Amino acid sequence: MEKIKTLADLKRIKENVQAKIELRERSERPGELVQVKVAMATCGIAAGSKETMNYFIDHLDKNGIRAVVTQTGCMGYCYAEPTVEISKPGKEPIVFGGVTPARAEEIIQRYLKNDELVEGIIPVNYRSV
Amino acid sequence: MQDLSAHIMDIAQNSIRANATRVEIDVDERDTLAITIRDNGEGMNEETAKRVTDPFFTSRATRRVGLGIPLLVQNAEATGGSVTIRSSPGQGTTVVALFTRSHLDCPPAGDIPGTIVLLAAANPGVEVRYRHATGKGEYSFNSTEAREFLGEVPLDDPEIVAALREMIAENIKEIQTQ
Repeated sequence: MEKIKTLADLKRIKENVQAKIELRERSERPGELVQVKVAMATCGIAAGSKETMNYFIDHLDKNGIRAVVTQTGCMGYCYAEPTVEISKPGKEPIVFGGVTPARAEEIIQRYLKNDELVEGIIPVNYRSV
Repeated sequence: MQDLSAHIMDIAQNSIRANATRVEIDVDERDTLAITIRDNGEGMNEETAKRVTDPFFTSRATRRVGLGIPLLVQNAEATGGSVTIRSSPGQGTTVVALFTRSHLDCPPAGDIPGTIVLLAAANPGVEVRYRHATGKGEYSFNSTEAREFLGEVPLDDPEIVAALREMIAENIKEIQTQ
């Protein structure tokens, strides 16, 4: 594969992605995205949340799950970093603790695909309004 | 923090929390290694700016410690470097960290291209500017330009994230002196 040096070199990739998105939009109902928020404060970063976030970005798509992956701050669960909050459409958000890339894979395969709960869920002690 | 890219991600998160719409990250390794993170966020008053190096000071309510800046100071000073913070309310904040590159304790750079792209992808409302200068040359990346080029294609698409990361890494490799 040729090397990508400038934005112009990205053109082919951009066109591929565009085609993929158009295909997807025709076949699926929009507005049903899974939201993945990776805690990225000092505690999270030091515990490797960047690798976790990269893993989610790479593997959600490979597993055919449409999701938005964003960053959030410290939720106060520094002992359980990296923490990830996942909201499936129509469901209460769940915070998972200790999400290494291996655990991220488990979450994708079991929680996101099959609705099974996995270990490491942090009990809810507040509700966002 | 294991490497410099983790510090960059961490300090940039402070900027984003301060509602910055522009974050500039400058890495200059011509002489001593200088990392500058400049934002146009809310800024801090003199008293707050003085206290941020105190690990027991934080503006959050979720916990009682704030370790981002103290850890950066510790790592920079371990190499004989320093951290300077300039800030004023409404004017934004600039953090400059100096590291002695040849020092045994100087942390490795880590995945800086990946950090820049993740920052840009996760914060659509923020313009992320990155400039990297070495004795051999200079490279700069601007997330707004990238978004304009991409048009309707989202920057946070995994293929785009990977391609941008590769693009930045390729350019940095070219200006690397050793």
